[in-house]
Amino acid sequence: MDNENRPVFRGTPKQERELKKVIEKHKNQPGGLMPTLQEAQGIYGYLPYEVQKMIAEGLGVPLSEVYGVATFYSQFSLTPKGEHRISVCLGTACYVKGADKILAAIEERLGIKTGECTPDGLFSIESCRCLGACGLAPVMTVDGEVYGKCTPESAVKVIESYLSKEV
Amino acid sequence: MKKMIHLKINNIPVTVPEGTTILQAAKTANIEIPSLCYLKDVNCIGACRVCVVEIVGRRGLVASCVYPVEEGMEVLTNTPLVRSSRKTTIELILSTHHKKCLSCVRGNNCELQKLAYDYAIDEDRFKGEEPIYKIDDSAPYVVRDNNKCIQCLRCVSTCDKVQTVGAIGQIRRGFDVHVGSPFEIGLGATSCVGCGQCIVSCPVGALYERSNIDEIWDAISDPKKKVVFFTAPSIAATLGECFGMPVGTNVENKMVQAIKMLGDVSVFNMNVTADLTIMEEANELLERLKSDKPLPMFTSCCPGWIKFCEHNYPELLPNLSTCKSPQGMFGALLKSYYCQKNNIDPKDLYVVSVIPCTAKKFETSRPELSNAGIPDVDVAITTRELSRMIKGAGIAFKDLEGAEFDNPFAIASGAGALFGATGGVMEAALRTAACLIDGTNEKLEFMDVRGTSGIKEATYRIAGTEVNVCVASGLGNARKVIEMIQSGEKNYLFVEIMACPGGCVNGGGQPVQSDSVRNYSELKAKRASVLYHADKEGELRLSHENPVMTMLYDEYFEAPGKAKAHSLLHTHYTPRNKF
Repeated sequence: MDNENRPVFRGTPKQERELKKVIEKHKNQPGGLMPTLQEAQGIYGYLPYEVQKMIAEGLGVPLSEVYGVATFYSQFSLTPKGEHRISVCLGTACYVKGADKILAAIEERLGIKTGECTPDGLFSIESCRCLGACGLAPVMTVDGEVYGKCTPESAVKVIESYLSKEV
Repeated sequence: MKKMIHLKINNIPVTVPEGTTILQAAKTANIEIPSLCYLKDVNCIGACRVCVVEIVGRRGLVASCVYPVEEGMEVLTNTPLVRSSRKTTIELILSTHHKKCLSCVRGNNCELQKLAYDYAIDEDRFKGEEPIYKIDDSAPYVVRDNNKCIQCLRCVSTCDKVQTVGAIGQIRRGFDVHVGSPFEIGLGATSCVGCGQCIVSCPVGALYERSNIDEIWDAISDPKKKVVFFTAPSIAATLGECFGMPVGTNVENKMVQAIKMLGDVSVFNMNVTADLTIMEEANELLERLKSDKPLPMFTSCCPGWIKFCEHNYPELLPNLSTCKSPQGMFGALLKSYYCQKNNIDPKDLYVVSVIPCTAKKFETSRPELSNAGIPDVDVAITTRELSRMIKGAGIAFKDLEGAEFDNPFAIASGAGALFGATGGVMEAALRTAACLIDGTNEKLEFMDVRGTSGIKEATYRIAGTEVNVCVASGLGNARKVIEMIQSGEKNYLFVEIMACPGGCVNGGGQPVQSDSVRNYSELKAKRASVLYHADKEGELRLSHENPVMTMLYDEYFEAPGKAKAHSLLHTHYTPRNKF
């Protein structure tokens, strides 16, 4: 992601106060960067430039190191999450039942790829590995709500039901 | 006294202190174990797996660069297993390496190419996906071509551990892993200071300076342009290495003649403005001691250190000497005094500075170092670029008889030559300051500030006053010194800082020496010895006794620190963001 195309940062003063507390807690602790990043992602939902810069300054480590760790672990996200977080299971059972087609249908409906967020900030799509609901395969979740035995059509309908709630 | 360990390497008995690695121990038996990531005092991470060896009685191979010796150990460095493992490793590295070797800047001294030859590898054994990376040429000094990067991380260690700049790091993982700047913003937008130590640590051609050679050839062939070169003190001490001459050979006269053979150009001695820097800086130090201006005063000749200070210690900018670097002074002098004297329009004078440094490429672009949109120095080229021009012009460098610098900037003192080594500016300034205050010039050699250690301290009695001074080279050492000053632990009057460890002789624009030279010989000291020798042999050893100084101040500047000198030879600094 280059500098110019970064999404607008919408952090609140409250989030910043929380982050400062987290940084203070891990400041002089060896290996404090990782828990700081985890808690920062808990506060902001993702790790944008502005947050990583505050962490680098606060912990006294180079920004290059913060960015290196944030991009090494797949659990860390550099893109914002939507108001509604869609997660499609790509575990073995769901996959053989056609989860890839469900994911593709949702991507097409929202015009974004997995790992991305719609420009209006409403939806983000991610994939996960096995929710432990293989009997309901293929499975997806929206904001933690589980939807089983999905088809590409039913999945798109679920998304549209969230969309209609917003209007 | 460390415990001594006895072991055998290829059946040769070896005794080394406890804690020595197998790789270091092997060298005492005249065995150089190859490696691509290990660099003494810089990078010791066992990542490249080229240095693997066998230990008798143990399974598998170990990375000798990180494996400490043990009593009674028997090491084998050249077995079929070791050779085949190294060979496969090199072939795997080459499977993703952009093998554009014909025109590569490191074509003649690539460490990977050498190993490929030594191990008779097949560069096409593993055909895989070759990731394509965009070349990062966002900075005016260092270019990164990750298509050639082999992930040895020498550059990252140099930037982070040696220089404490941390502008680059390893990004992502697995097949996507690469070295770059955070958020891929490009090196030019980071707090990189342009020291170029990453370039001289790179084993391959992934890092190199942004070359300005073509612009110079254009200027030389332009009949309207008058082209002048000036060469920094340390160029004469290192240029010979590019032509296969031994490290530590003084090639000053050959260098001058070679540049004159490039075209109709004049060649001046930058040691002259090193002397001019001393005149101004010694005067500034004395003025500061008399007034309430902040102390300690820090030297300002190193543009890498200046940018480091602007990014990391903006509160110290008032402590920086306001003197321009010798390059900055020379540019200003040529585009004013020299142009006026020779009736040249400054637009038509093309100034090339030859410097051991990549940070000085950035310095030439500073708006403070230009006049009405005309830069004082048009281009700055490294020792390596100069050698390339000489080679391209077909000049038999080693056979040249030699020539002298051109007047009026030919004569310089030995003190000026010392600028190329850590402690040299300090020594030159102390010589002149001692004379100006005491009115005597008995003390010429200040041995405590010599040598290649990273931090040197000394106390001298000048005019009955004890003067504490400190010399640091390498920005990690600079940071240590600043922290000691800011915590109140140390109290100095004058501090010299050079961004590159060992000073300009080891600059980021100097000839790249392989790891085997850097790991096993005193490269910095050998290069610096050229400058100390030149100083000792010369008749003129004090900056203020240089007749060129008398001429410049009589004809033009009046006296150090006066209005004209101040407007042309001094500058100001800009606070910059930490990241």
